Amino acid sequence: MTYNRRRSTGWLVGVAIVGLLAGGVQAQDSIKIGLLATLEGPFAAGGQDGMRGAELAVKQRNGMVAGKKIEILKASSDAKPDVAVNATRKLVEQDKVQIMVGPLSGSEGIAVKDYSKTQPGITFVNGSSGAQATTLVNPSTNFFRFNTEGAQWMVGLGKYAYETKGYKKVMVIAEDYSFPYSQVQGFMTEYCKIGGKVPTKAWVPLGTKDYSSVIATIPKDVDALVVVLGGADAVNFLTQYEQAGGNKPMVGGSITVDQTVLNFKGKRRESLLGTISAGPIADSYEGAEWKKFVADYKANFKDGFPSPSLFAFVYYINMKAALDGLDAVKGDLSGGQAKYREALTKLKLQTPTGEVVLDENRQAIGTTFVTEVAKAADGGFYNKVVKVIPKVDQRLGMSKAEFDKVGLGSRDVPNCP
Amino acid sequence: MSAADWRKAMNSGATSQAWPRPGRADVRAGTPAPRPRVDEGRASAPRWLVSLGRRVRPAHVIVLAALIAYPWVASPFFTFQIGAQSLALGLIALSLTFLAGYGGMVSLAQMTVAGIAGYAVAIFGASGTNEVSLGWPWWLAVVLALPFAMLAAIVIGWLSVRTEGIYTIMITLAIGVAFYYLVLQNYAVFNGFQGFQRVLAPRVFGVAWGDAVPFYYLALFWALAGYAAVIWVVRTPFGIALQGIRDNPRRMATLGFHVTAHRVAAYALAGAIAAVGGVLMVWYNGLISPGSVGTTALINVLIVSVLGGLRHPIGPFVGALAFVLLQNFAIDLFDRERFNLVIGTVFLLIVLFSPDGLLGWWSRLAAHWPAGGARVRSRSGP
Repeated sequence: MTYNRRRSTGWLVGVAIVGLLAGGVQAQDSIKIGLLATLEGPFAAGGQDGMRGAELAVKQRNGMVAGKKIEILKASSDAKPDVAVNATRKLVEQDKVQIMVGPLSGSEGIAVKDYSKTQPGITFVNGSSGAQATTLVNPSTNFFRFNTEGAQWMVGLGKYAYETKGYKKVMVIAEDYSFPYSQVQGFMTEYCKIGGKVPTKAWVPLGTKDYSSVIATIPKDVDALVVVLGGADAVNFLTQYEQAGGNKPMVGGSITVDQTVLNFKGKRRESLLGTISAGPIADSYEGAEWKKFVADYKANFKDGFPSPSLFAFVYYINMKAALDGLDAVKGDLSGGQAKYREALTKLKLQTPTGEVVLDENRQAIGTTFVTEVAKAADGGFYNKVVKVIPKVDQRLGMSKAEFDKVGLGSRDVPNCP
Repeated sequence: MSAADWRKAMNSGATSQAWPRPGRADVRAGTPAPRPRVDEGRASAPRWLVSLGRRVRPAHVIVLAALIAYPWVASPFFTFQIGAQSLALGLIALSLTFLAGYGGMVSLAQMTVAGIAGYAVAIFGASGTNEVSLGWPWWLAVVLALPFAMLAAIVIGWLSVRTEGIYTIMITLAIGVAFYYLVLQNYAVFNGFQGFQRVLAPRVFGVAWGDAVPFYYLALFWALAGYAAVIWVVRTPFGIALQGIRDNPRRMATLGFHVTAHRVAAYALAGAIAAVGGVLMVWYNGLISPGSVGTTALINVLIVSVLGGLRHPIGPFVGALAFVLLQNFAIDLFDRERFNLVIGTVFLLIVLFSPDGLLGWWSRLAAHWPAGGARVRSRSGP
């Protein structure tokens, strides 16, 4: 009998401890901000850099905003929507963050946006997720995206590829989820309109290691390949394509030739020279604010990339927006954060690449750069600016009716074989 | 052997262990002779109630009370993300513990079966993907999902039943990975990478079962039902035969038992348990995607079962709780870039030092306590 009582007491005490741990004590003079990025899976390097960008925004303010200390709580996901929602739920419900910054990947963004609707008292700011649907389909009133999304990042590239580079026919090779759908939609809307042709598209699962079957189906008569793969997938494809003897020029998606890929230590990097791409940043941009941002990044992160990647930049501007908004309301998050949200809606964010304002769905209107990969004097690769396109909005410059006719990006939309 | 002798043997408690322990023959010889049945002619409480009363200990009552009272002391996060998730994951791992511990078949496809049930609920019921989901009422979706998943479990079982040991693991893993690629690349039925969002628990009798506390009780009810089902089944003639088949299939075959049929039936029962767990998981996550049935998820179920211990049906729930706590809090204890190391190290330590998992550790600890040591020692062996 004694034995049983001890065992049962042990259980009770254990349960009680777990239950009591549940309540979180909130310090009154600090603001808790949750930070979510993919620290596992194919975008792990991007997630790491994203966290660096967000930390830089905090460091630039010496860790204080509106007289209160900024407390950053970190969580990790692996580009899977359910993992991202679990991590967000832990930060919001267990760690009681007041503002949530994240996630990184397109499909995660849609899942977190759905979750944000169940937490009306918390403000959610995007990390770097770039799917169109997050703010165009069932937008959430407390989800703010201060970065331009996947389709906006490709504006200008279709025209440059067709007219300047002379690629009349291309094949699309992209990962099979929401972010590449948006990128391909942004590219093809322009490209098809001026007469370009896309005879075939190859959609590969995220995290594919073997591209031999895709490489085998590349038609002989296409002028270039539009490759919208990210992180480890891009490196694998480029290596295997070069090994298979392929020599077609490439048009890269925004995360295909960004710093996380240009710095891969493989032998096939040379094949990347001359690849055109487009996105929210360009390593060689001459703007003073951009140069200052790059210098800050290099000074603060000795273990970072030679130049901040797209993820570092986008997380930086989103965290900066969250903090600028707090400054504007002097840290007042009362009343269900209503004043804070209004400040965010009206915010004119000064970013290293220009001014960003939000549209009616709380989606950013910003600048896009068309770039080409070039070699710097020190042998490192970087993206040279060839064109700057300001004030790109989510409807890609079209009217609402025209844009709705094209439709959101998916596997079959747009189509111009 | 008469039916009365059979019942006496059942109720003496010698069959409540999952794994055969060395030296058990001595223990059985030392057990006091069963009490003579003097109440044969008298009207008394139903037999199952009497045997239940004999087997329920105060510890069981206290733990049950604690589980029921848990949402009142814990925050919604702990109730939902820790409590309910552990119970749902534990239920799926229970199906593996039943198959592996009592049936001797380690199947990595239990999460696949759970995923099939989850996808069936998403496809037949309402979700955010209206082009693919059929939008039928939730009860119809669930009622269709369970037989679907059981059928899949029977097919998986029938394919793997003639293999043993590592080959069972390999063939079930292959089936699991094949299903993963099917749902990843098929858009017409499974909606590919995106999966199904907004698969929500229904609102029944005015209660939103997707909220933290109601969902916890729903998960608790089904976890208890699964636990009771396994405890009951292993003491039935079928369960005893299954354990016999685990220990020596050849001898059971010569005794006239149909080995394959018993094994496939075990897969079917485990499939039913996993299916219920799968429906709970899809309601918990509110979505289902290929990542939910990928290799990581398949192996997580095995980790949970081994972590808790394969010797008793409470093992998977203990393992699931430990696993969920680790997953959620490792990043707080450790560097944000190294937290996966914590999870792997804990698993490695437990497997190295206690092959019976957390339950093995618990028994060894309990054996050191002075009072009641005799009873514990007789149950856990050397």
